[in-house]
Amino acid sequence: MTLALQPVANPSAPLARRNPVAKLAAALLFSLPLISTLDPLTPAIALAVELAVVPLFGLRYSTLVRRAWPLLIGAFGLLVTMVLFAAERGGSLLLNLGPFDVTTGVLMAALGLILRLFAVAVPGVLVFATTDPTDLADALVQNAKAPARFALGALAAFRLLPLLGAEWQMLTLARRARGIDAGRNPVAVLRLFVSTAFALLVGALRRGGRLAVAMDARGFDSGVPRTYARRQVFRRADALLVAGAAVLSVLTLGTTIALGLFRPII
Amino acid sequence: MSEVVLRGFGWRHAGRRAWAVRDVDLHIAHGERVLLLGPSGAGKSTLLAALAGLLPEDSGEAAGTIEIDGLDPLKARRRAATEAWSSGRHGEPGQGVGIVFQDPQTQLVMARSGDDVAFGLENRGVPPAQIWPRVSDALDRVGFPYPITRSTAALSGGEAQRLALAGVLALRPGLLLLDEPTANLDPAGAELVRESLAALRDQTTILVEHRVAEALPLVDRVVVLEAGGGVRADGAPEMVFAAYGDRLADEGVWVPGFTIPPLRSATTPGPELVRASQVAVSHRLAPVSLAVNAGEVLAVTGPNGAGKSTLALTLGGLLAPTGGRVHGFGDDRPPHRWRAATLTGRIGSVFQNPEHQFVTARVADELAVGPRRLGRSAAEVTRIVDDLLDRLRLSKLAGANPYTLSGGEARRLSVATALAGAPRLLVLDEPTFGQDRRTWIELVTLLATLRDDGHGIVAVTHDDDFVQTVADRTHPLGSARLRDPLPHRRPGGRP
Repeated sequence: MTLALQPVANPSAPLARRNPVAKLAAALLFSLPLISTLDPLTPAIALAVELAVVPLFGLRYSTLVRRAWPLLIGAFGLLVTMVLFAAERGGSLLLNLGPFDVTTGVLMAALGLILRLFAVAVPGVLVFATTDPTDLADALVQNAKAPARFALGALAAFRLLPLLGAEWQMLTLARRARGIDAGRNPVAVLRLFVSTAFALLVGALRRGGRLAVAMDARGFDSGVPRTYARRQVFRRADALLVAGAAVLSVLTLGTTIALGLFRPII
Repeated sequence: MSEVVLRGFGWRHAGRRAWAVRDVDLHIAHGERVLLLGPSGAGKSTLLAALAGLLPEDSGEAAGTIEIDGLDPLKARRRAATEAWSSGRHGEPGQGVGIVFQDPQTQLVMARSGDDVAFGLENRGVPPAQIWPRVSDALDRVGFPYPITRSTAALSGGEAQRLALAGVLALRPGLLLLDEPTANLDPAGAELVRESLAALRDQTTILVEHRVAEALPLVDRVVVLEAGGGVRADGAPEMVFAAYGDRLADEGVWVPGFTIPPLRSATTPGPELVRASQVAVSHRLAPVSLAVNAGEVLAVTGPNGAGKSTLALTLGGLLAPTGGRVHGFGDDRPPHRWRAATLTGRIGSVFQNPEHQFVTARVADELAVGPRRLGRSAAEVTRIVDDLLDRLRLSKLAGANPYTLSGGEARRLSVATALAGAPRLLVLDEPTFGQDRRTWIELVTLLATLRDDGHGIVAVTHDDDFVQTVADRTHPLGSARLRDPLPHRRPGGRP
């Protein structure tokens, strides 16, 4: 789990070294407006733009694929769901799978959804693959005026995440040692999972409590204005990144509207 | 440096009937270094928490007074912080209180070592220009050997605890409180932390630690709390131990000079129970071959990272080896392929952390789980549970929640749960780790009895006393460091 939390990009790439808050804001500004339309063209253009700027983040495409593979599972899930449950089955018939007609209409709808999924998620993957969590917390506190209690508390909790993996394994083994296994009974599998998850949660809460006391003892959130050991600065280039993202978003939606393909979500 | 004065101090946690600590009168002068002892439950940790200002008024009931340099700890903490900030004197030596706890994992906040030390300084509002020099200074004082960018996840327990100490020292506390700072560490890690502590001279120190022999070079005064309240003894270590040594030893304190006679096996070992042939687990355990017989205690020793715990899991049928083979009990299949119920009837495993093994909300239910899984009748289950409760002196706790037990009780219960399925072989991971002397003796005596009843026992351990006292055979694991302590990184990752 440690892997997913470490930045993997070349940190000196022109966009990777932008302020984390600027990167986050740019990602949100660019991808959120895309949700307003159901057509497949908007997310396709957006995805093309996103893939075009990947090198500016100092990220290799192969790395991006490795980071984004859970999206592929999501995409496959969407495809299956659409084939099984889509209400509109217009267009020409391509394939008949028993009760399910796979038509061009179904495939277009599925393609639109899958493109939307990627277009919205890839900016997030880009931001977190190029940003150190500590830098993000620093920038959230210093530049976005987020409460330190929230940002640093989350950061500290983050640090404990990898421990949960090891803890889960120990709990599972300990249950086997106690004579508890589920065999092939799915209900027993589920019950065992729930009881292990509960034990994990109890352990995590206790650990979180101890960490909170230790942070308290070192003067965290004691009412004294904090100083910053690591400075995060929001420069003109950061503002440009945010503005650029907004402009690109408007252009993308504008193209769709100009072509008459805009299909508002409501 | 701070002066501590307690007059009739007591504290009762909200919702509890008994006082955690009471009637404590104590005067600790500037720069004194005090070892705080007492039987478990005497309120040592509560007293430290009170001194650290970590007991808010609304979390319980206080009696008497507690003063650090003439101020109540809660007020002293607030004052130290705000005064330092408003006056611009950011943490001149001798302000405030610092506390180091047992578990390094839950004291470190940041991902990089230097950032973690800086965390406290940022909280106190120290100007940025002063932060990094003070970080380096604190890291130097504890002998931290790495650059400030070192990932905190890559530190060993002892190194992480040194870092936690640096984070506290950077605030230049006048009073340093140490709540069993080495109890969670292996011997090498504990030694690292003691080396750091021995070099400190600039503050009043109060140390809670039941490994007295190791702690004595760090202190010049011993205070013993009485379990029912008050201070039993107070003075120079030699005087306190001359007068109260045997009583303290009985109560579980590791008083130096009180040795435990060995409990050697009276009989020759019985038949072989389990044999491991060239068993290996990739990245965790190098190939090892050994056999365990009925009626013997086999101690598996070795440095950190040698794979001791992995070997215990493999022998216990919990982990599949990636190389070699484990077989025993006349079964063609290796233990990790057995059904869990079959496994508990043959091999019982006791984990290092007892709480990992608890699955119910009552001690008696906990003991009934194994026999029920083995299909025993209700009457038989009751008989087994009552017998175990009695043998392991848990009868009074039958209705208690396992999570509320003390360390020693939880350890006894975890051994009892492993015995509930009546296995011939018992595999224990660090059974004596962090135990006080009383629990230690109980546990070692219990294991010796089980051995003499014909059980085979494998114990993975760092504890030399354990090996000397009860082990019939020792299998040292090689020091080959197989495991990469760093989190693995993708190529091209940044340091």
